[in-house]
Amino acid sequence: MSNLPFDPLLTAIAAPLALALLIALGLPKRWSVTLAYVAFAVPLLMALHTWFHFSSAATRDGYAFLTQYSTGLDGLGIGLKLGLNGISMPLFAMAGIVGFAAGLYAIQSQAERLKIYLMLLLIMQGGLMGVFASVDVFFLYFFHELALIPTFIMVGVWGGRDRSYAAMKMTIYLTAGAMVSLVGLIALYVKSGANSFDLIAIKAHLARVPLADAVQQNIFGLLLLGFGVLVSLWPLHTWAPLGYGAAPSSNAMLHAGVLKKFGLYGLIQVGLPLLPAGAVHWAHPLAWLAVVGNVLVVGLVTIAQRDLKQMIGYSSVMHMGYAFLGIAAGSTLGVGGVVLMMVAHGLSVALLFLLSTCIHHRTHTFSLDEMGGLAQQTPVLAAFFVAATFASIGLPGFANFWGELTIFVALWKFSVPVTVLAVAGVVISAIYGLRASAAVFFGPATERMAKVAAQHPPADLRWAEKLPALILLVALLFVGFWPKSFSTPIDAALTAKTQVATK
Amino acid sequence: MNLEAVKLAAADNLWSALFPELMLAGLALLLLVLEIVLPKKHHVVIPDVASAGLLGTLIGLFVNWNSSLIGAETFNGLIHHTHQGQMMRAFFMICALLVCQLGRLTLARQLMPKIEFYHIVLVVTAAMMLLAQSNHLLMLFVVLETLTIGLYILVSYHRTSTASLEAGLKYLVMGALSSGILLFGIVLLYGVAGNPALPAHSDNAMYYPELTRFLEGNRDNFVASLGIVLVLVGVGFKIGAFPFQIWVPDVYQGAPTPVTAFLAVASKAAGFAVLMALCGKHGVFAAYQSLTTPVLTVMAAATIIFGNLSALTQHNVKRLIGLSGVSHAGFLLLGVVASATSVLATNAIYFYLFAYLIASFAVFGVMTHLAGADDSDQDLDHYAGLAKDSPFLAGVLAIGLGSLAGIPPLAGFMGKFLVFVAAYQSGARWLLAIAAAGVVVSIFYYFGWIKAAFFETWTPPADGAPTRPARTPVTWVTGFALGFLALASVFFGFYQGPFGQFLTLK
Repeated sequence: MSNLPFDPLLTAIAAPLALALLIALGLPKRWSVTLAYVAFAVPLLMALHTWFHFSSAATRDGYAFLTQYSTGLDGLGIGLKLGLNGISMPLFAMAGIVGFAAGLYAIQSQAERLKIYLMLLLIMQGGLMGVFASVDVFFLYFFHELALIPTFIMVGVWGGRDRSYAAMKMTIYLTAGAMVSLVGLIALYVKSGANSFDLIAIKAHLARVPLADAVQQNIFGLLLLGFGVLVSLWPLHTWAPLGYGAAPSSNAMLHAGVLKKFGLYGLIQVGLPLLPAGAVHWAHPLAWLAVVGNVLVVGLVTIAQRDLKQMIGYSSVMHMGYAFLGIAAGSTLGVGGVVLMMVAHGLSVALLFLLSTCIHHRTHTFSLDEMGGLAQQTPVLAAFFVAATFASIGLPGFANFWGELTIFVALWKFSVPVTVLAVAGVVISAIYGLRASAAVFFGPATERMAKVAAQHPPADLRWAEKLPALILLVALLFVGFWPKSFSTPIDAALTAKTQVATK
Repeated sequence: MNLEAVKLAAADNLWSALFPELMLAGLALLLLVLEIVLPKKHHVVIPDVASAGLLGTLIGLFVNWNSSLIGAETFNGLIHHTHQGQMMRAFFMICALLVCQLGRLTLARQLMPKIEFYHIVLVVTAAMMLLAQSNHLLMLFVVLETLTIGLYILVSYHRTSTASLEAGLKYLVMGALSSGILLFGIVLLYGVAGNPALPAHSDNAMYYPELTRFLEGNRDNFVASLGIVLVLVGVGFKIGAFPFQIWVPDVYQGAPTPVTAFLAVASKAAGFAVLMALCGKHGVFAAYQSLTTPVLTVMAAATIIFGNLSALTQHNVKRLIGLSGVSHAGFLLLGVVASATSVLATNAIYFYLFAYLIASFAVFGVMTHLAGADDSDQDLDHYAGLAKDSPFLAGVLAIGLGSLAGIPPLAGFMGKFLVFVAAYQSGARWLLAIAAAGVVVSIFYYFGWIKAAFFETWTPPADGAPTRPARTPVTWVTGFALGFLALASVFFGFYQGPFGQFLTLK
């Protein structure tokens, strides 16, 4: 039973946003930094609370912790309706964990104009918690955009190489994607005839009066295109490696780890259950695009990368291909695998971005050709990085394993050739992952590296770096060894969905 | 007309119904009297009197918001009192208040007579308020001329600046042309509707309900169609819709910044108030939707495309905001197209206009602080390093531009969203697709501006090169106003409560 005297979901959204507003209104720096610990911890605590109490919480219409607030547009069927089902709960938990890790790291980082940096990160965190807690499709989109805007500014101001170009490119790509998906969502609102953006209401209405197949196909196509840009579906992915390469670490952690999952989440939570005929129609084109484009082409491109951060950026594009494959497979098993994988990938890619910045602080370069032999000086960093690489490849014991495995099993039923190609991708990711680890940490130090090491002997991870990394790694291992904590609610939610859709 | 009829007509001249407009007109005269009566050193209080009077009238309007006259017609049908009319009255008064506030900053940099500026702003505001409530083509034309003539003077107010004079002349020529076309359209409608040979003819054909009745009775009359198109063209000039937008960049650049704001927000809103009264679901031209909808659709599409593409390459911020304003006119036209079938669209346009007001004045407020003695020379480069020098102004600018670009969680996004929903409901799919693409393009130049203020640093040029004008320090009144506008943009993005009830009003 949930026994908090307040709404945990609204608290998780409001706490970071409230502090962001206070900072905007001129809170002194010392207070801002101190309170930032609290504002990042609150969503984490709320996320853990909802996770542990999820199975025992009272549910209504398939959602636990359901509450509704009016924003004045009830007449249009728009209201801030918050709740968690089996699909959103794991992601809500993941957003809380990654957000806390990114926040901790940001507070300890020596970013210029730290106050504004934290303010933007807090806005992002509030938006992210809102994305996964919203039952109302309008607010789903609204919170996503809220979390997206700080990204542009953070890349532009605190970014690395090519930041101006990267910020502009990201802005235009992502706005275009968001506009297309917005039109798709408006189409769904108008065509469904439910006169409501509330997912539960639309679902109930469509169970009675299903949409014509052609309409479903068109709307799903719009959503797929819009969300596809946001999730970096090949060939609309080019903003991602560039943007992540330039983004400051905490921002990259939150964006690549959590925010990018919005598109997939939208497809799973809105597209698949409400537009089943559309999903079937687009399944094969999507599967081939994802396997050939995201997994194989981008996979090979990843191998060719000589810049650590760009490589991680490309690898995250590649892993999104697996998620699309699971969605294409469409079965409970496949989609459940995608949800697990979203959680796992969010944790592991955030960890990789975090560690890559730690490496940069010690080597002063992102170029893989100029590093080497770092493991001797920084064994802990090396251990973390290797573990994160294993997770990202999908070795058993880490959460990613379960996600990929279930996707492959589901995919086999969908299409054998696609499965074969997809499994080949695992080899690719093993190649670039292990090569990168080797290039950074093992082998003899390059000349340049030796010079840098002589000037500033690289120290091992500080606690400010170790703690966020540890949180992410523990979460990865926890889900890896006990996937049931997530798979049971996911399974329950997905089976309930299919029943509605086939009625 | 005999004496009895005149007496009858005068019987419903309910002057108290026009209390806000009369107050403003009286206030305008009072300012001139004060200028003569007060010694010169006390002239500084006159703008305060103007602002205080405006504020008082605005409060009076809010107190009397649900007046018993709503729904009634006064002055023999010249004026129709509606909720929308109340809304627009408040809208124009808020605009005037902000224009007066910005005017102080701009006028302080010029050696110009100052009081007349406020005088004219008040008269123009009263005219706009009447325009939004007019129920008769003659009323429409007379108040439209009143406000346009006032704007001619305001545009060329910096009479020593060639740019301002040029802008004034251009606006005069274009304005006169559009008034002529509008009048020609009105005359055609009046003439054909008074033709006794046609069914449902009327001897009072400028009165909206009579004209509506006539148009419903004669669904494809060529002369009436021509009249309607000419009226739309005339209004199209006022709102700066393609292909009648050609005056916009030059006039916006040359006019003093507060006047540019007045043109961009209030004058455009006045045009849309007229357009909605004419082309809405229950509008005067409702019977000719098969004509007005295609015309407006083409205009909207072309306006969105032209506005956004031409704004892309602008480097002068006044031209930039002028052309971005053209694209906003396009989005609003999309709403007007949708309002032919959807009630939501009409209400969405009102919300859009308010969001546009809040955001635009935030941006214009910042522009006023950055402008120098030459008001027309405001370059994007002048914004470099603003975030470091004045985080407050930079923050207000970012929120204002973000809201104009339609980025959540700001009010501008809600405006666009509501218009888009209405457009989809009314089936204007292709137009919606163009609008969505337009939003993406607009992100480029709005972000370019934000980028200039936030990401770039200012290096003073070598000797001899022109430097940028000194920035005006923010006074606490202006600072309060700008901060309020910025917070309002955020607030109305999250919570539409006060508007929500109105928005869902059927």
